Amino acid sequence: MSNAQGVVVKVSGPLVVARGLKNARMYEMVRVGEGRLFGEIIEIRSGDCSIQVYEETEGIGPGQPVFRTEEALSVELGPGLIRSIYDGVQRPLDKLHAAFGEYIVRGAESPALDRNLIWDFVPVAKVGDQVAHGDVLGTVEESKLVNHKIMVPFGVEGQVSKIAAVTGNVDTVVATVDTAKGPVELTMVQRWPVRKPRPVARKMPPVSPITTGQRVLDMFFPLTQGGTACVPGPFGSGKTVVQHQLAKWANANIVVYVGCGERGNEMTDVLQEFPALIDPVSNEPLMERTVLIANTSNMPVAAREASVFTGITIAEYFRDMGFSVALMADSTSRWAEAMREMSGRLEEMPGEEGYPAYLSSRIASFYERAGNVICKGSDERQGTLSLIGAVSPPGGDFSEPVVQATLRVVKVFWGLDDKLAFARHFPAINWLTSYSLYQEVVDKYSNENYDPAWQANRQKAMGILQQEAELDELVRLVGMDALPMSDRLLMQAAKMIREDFLHQNAFDERDTYTSLKKQFRMLDLILSYFDLAKPALEEGVLLNSLLSLDVLEDIARAKLIDEDKLEEFDALKETLTQEIAALPR
Amino acid sequence: MVTREYRTAREIVGPLVLVDGVEGVTFGELTDIKLDDGSLRRGRVLEVNGDKAVVQVFEGTSDLSTENLTIKFLGKGTELGVSGDMLGRVFDGFGRPIDDGPAIIPEKWLNINGNPMNPFSRDYPNEFIQTGISTIDLLNTLVRGQKLPFFSASGLPHSRMAAQVARQAKVLRTDDKFAVIFGAMGITFEESEFFISDFRRTGALERAVLFMNLADDPAIERISVPRMALTTAEFLAFEKGMHVLVILTDLTNYCEALREISAARKEVPGRRGYPGYLYTDLSTIYERAGRIKGKNGSITQLPVLTMPEDDKTHPIPDLTGYITEGQIIMSRPLHAQGIYPPVDVLPSLSRLKDKGIGDGKTREDHADVMNQLYSAYARGKNSKELAVVLGESALSDIDLLYVKFADAFENRFIRQGEDENRSIDESLALGWELLAILPKSELKRVNDKYIEKYHPENK
Repeated sequence: MSNAQGVVVKVSGPLVVARGLKNARMYEMVRVGEGRLFGEIIEIRSGDCSIQVYEETEGIGPGQPVFRTEEALSVELGPGLIRSIYDGVQRPLDKLHAAFGEYIVRGAESPALDRNLIWDFVPVAKVGDQVAHGDVLGTVEESKLVNHKIMVPFGVEGQVSKIAAVTGNVDTVVATVDTAKGPVELTMVQRWPVRKPRPVARKMPPVSPITTGQRVLDMFFPLTQGGTACVPGPFGSGKTVVQHQLAKWANANIVVYVGCGERGNEMTDVLQEFPALIDPVSNEPLMERTVLIANTSNMPVAAREASVFTGITIAEYFRDMGFSVALMADSTSRWAEAMREMSGRLEEMPGEEGYPAYLSSRIASFYERAGNVICKGSDERQGTLSLIGAVSPPGGDFSEPVVQATLRVVKVFWGLDDKLAFARHFPAINWLTSYSLYQEVVDKYSNENYDPAWQANRQKAMGILQQEAELDELVRLVGMDALPMSDRLLMQAAKMIREDFLHQNAFDERDTYTSLKKQFRMLDLILSYFDLAKPALEEGVLLNSLLSLDVLEDIARAKLIDEDKLEEFDALKETLTQEIAALPR
Repeated sequence: MVTREYRTAREIVGPLVLVDGVEGVTFGELTDIKLDDGSLRRGRVLEVNGDKAVVQVFEGTSDLSTENLTIKFLGKGTELGVSGDMLGRVFDGFGRPIDDGPAIIPEKWLNINGNPMNPFSRDYPNEFIQTGISTIDLLNTLVRGQKLPFFSASGLPHSRMAAQVARQAKVLRTDDKFAVIFGAMGITFEESEFFISDFRRTGALERAVLFMNLADDPAIERISVPRMALTTAEFLAFEKGMHVLVILTDLTNYCEALREISAARKEVPGRRGYPGYLYTDLSTIYERAGRIKGKNGSITQLPVLTMPEDDKTHPIPDLTGYITEGQIIMSRPLHAQGIYPPVDVLPSLSRLKDKGIGDGKTREDHADVMNQLYSAYARGKNSKELAVVLGESALSDIDLLYVKFADAFENRFIRQGEDENRSIDESLALGWELLAILPKSELKRVNDKYIEKYHPENK
């Protein structure tokens, strides 16, 4: 820490103004008061620096010292990130618990990466190799699922003069590189300022889907590896459950979950549940690929603002190793509110609803850090970073600034609907308003990889749902009986799609995850019913007998068919065909 | 620290006093404000800028002038002296005894703002609390350590319902009683009297601590009431190992006091004039519920708020709903039909119910019965609406059964007596009885084996 210091002149909640900080730069970290509270410079005005303080400022007053650190808010990157739980400024919450007890006390400090953990470094680069930023020096097995690549940090370029297999903590020197400025010793850890995107070689458009095991998402509104999505919804509509389901089942190598200004008990739930849950692909506990950032609503608001950046920087670091990474932020509205609160304290001219005028550019630059990229490094690894942000609009009103600013940049919109939630239709994603701009890309991929009829089936099912919505209005006016027989059959098919396909119980162990193959079979079965029943109706079969087939109950229970017994669908389809054929005409 | 006394009040705006020429003042510091007539008020530093401090006066600023007061900065934050002896006592909004009992000898002084609980140190709430009210126990299950607000509106019986919960709440298969902490913010004398006499009548008073700020008490004092209540709760729960139920009523008055201060400071307002930090401020109250790993006690919060114009999207209920773990919403139409407790079942929700129910906690069929009741009632309500538009004759036979179900559900399941303490088994039995109105083939959300075991026809 530098000796350069200034003095506090003003305190208003989390905002502190200091005078006399010479040469201080924007977004530099400072320590405030004798208690050395964390803070960050967010405005400089004729010698006065406005500082947002990441901890409660009670007891801070004019005259107290402020110390410079001469470094922007940065995170530590290296082995030990996986399985960690951090607060918004990367303090390990488990270590704080051990050292300071149940409450987060001010000025508490603990290194982000545990120095007691010992890693085996296996070199990949050799003495004499020319290396530059992003080149892999070696690997460390961080968890059963993550083979951590130790990369050359930004700004180092030269020839490896020393490298060997070593065992030690993250501070152990693993290699020496002779650069133009002399030899540089490299350890397993590097630092990166969170507000600066980590550079990549180049960006590419996303090509493959993220599978989530959630039927409504995978089938109708798919997200891609490297894509962006938002989940807005009023309270009680199931945003957090959707986010948790994605964190559990998305087929990403690494999941970074940012609980930003949300409930403490929800983070506890994740912490207690993830170690026990098994990833369906690798059969290892989900925690082995997860990093958690928890800055709950009652933790200091400025740290909440930082938590999203801390999360995405960690996510980018893993992306740079060539992993597919998914980041869930729950909720970006709380992040936006933190910005609003600081902006208000700075007495900035407010934009819409009191939010700062730079709200949409901040949101856009956050989502733009996602992507399908070729990483820095001579081996041209490919990595992806997908972003899924929950938005909590006041009163469930999607016209508010945060939702609107988000919709302008994301490609997938999963709109949650409280009417569906009240009817206990979960996930309460409204199929009429939601959309995915990756549909074409994913259709192409799915037709090739799962079933050639994928796109056709999806379009047919969505058509049925849309017709149902139109007919629904008619039914409300004239009653179901007034509809022609064919429309009533369509209503039945739509009901089956809704109840037997879209409805999915996150808390049922068999229903919580559905493979894409099974999703296809389930939908296909329902569409077969419609396709077979329609001509039968025209041939004079009674509608009521078509609506009360015994097999319909089995179709409703098809979601519980085991993943390794998908041939049961063939039998069901056979029964269906027979039952319809046997009806009197 | 040297005592610092100033007679340099420059401005008085609403609840705020601006003091000039101060030195060494810190943010959040507690102050004594002495009037020349000898009376004493309390204040807190809201902002300090150079040698100017903005002090919020808890008792209000009437009778203050820039000439007649001395402000003394006490060099510490607002603290409450806590003790196990506080049980059975009544305090004002600032923690001073207002019953006729002796002064409290504090075991400990605690800052009323508390510290945020480390999410890692929390233990997930999953112990079922039986409140004896079917709509809560069976449909919106409360668990120990949860925060579950009542969204009410003027003229609805939320006080009676909160008192009933306080009276009947218990953890199944134990005799553990809850200690009740009651924080009143700006409620009327009659309402507060109702609670006190109800606590006295049922003997709950001796395990209760009351913090009273009535409608005619200073509005700004309401800012400290929930913090006093929760500081006491944390002490009793995590240092004395008690299970504490905190009832805070009415949060709407609290938010209005906050808005008053914000307006006096000329802050940029958020929605409806409430400050932009309302969410953060409310969270520092609500998040002080929960359980801690390795500790016996727990804090369960039942905040009550009245929705202005019955509007759920008003910022107070809206922001509350985003922080709390569900909500119990009261319905005016049900109340008008004379149904007590008028719980609007469909939009009500308990987020923590899933881990507090089922085999070993309540009963194996609980989740299925709950889901079935919800969906059947939703369908019944739909059918009733349809019948209003098209006439009952337009309904199919099955829809008519759903209408019958919905009526019976409201009249027998939702409705219950104020002293009727239904066990969870009784609530479940009642649920099954009502579901039996429908044909078995409609009970799609219930596992067949439970239908076999619990359906009244099979008994």
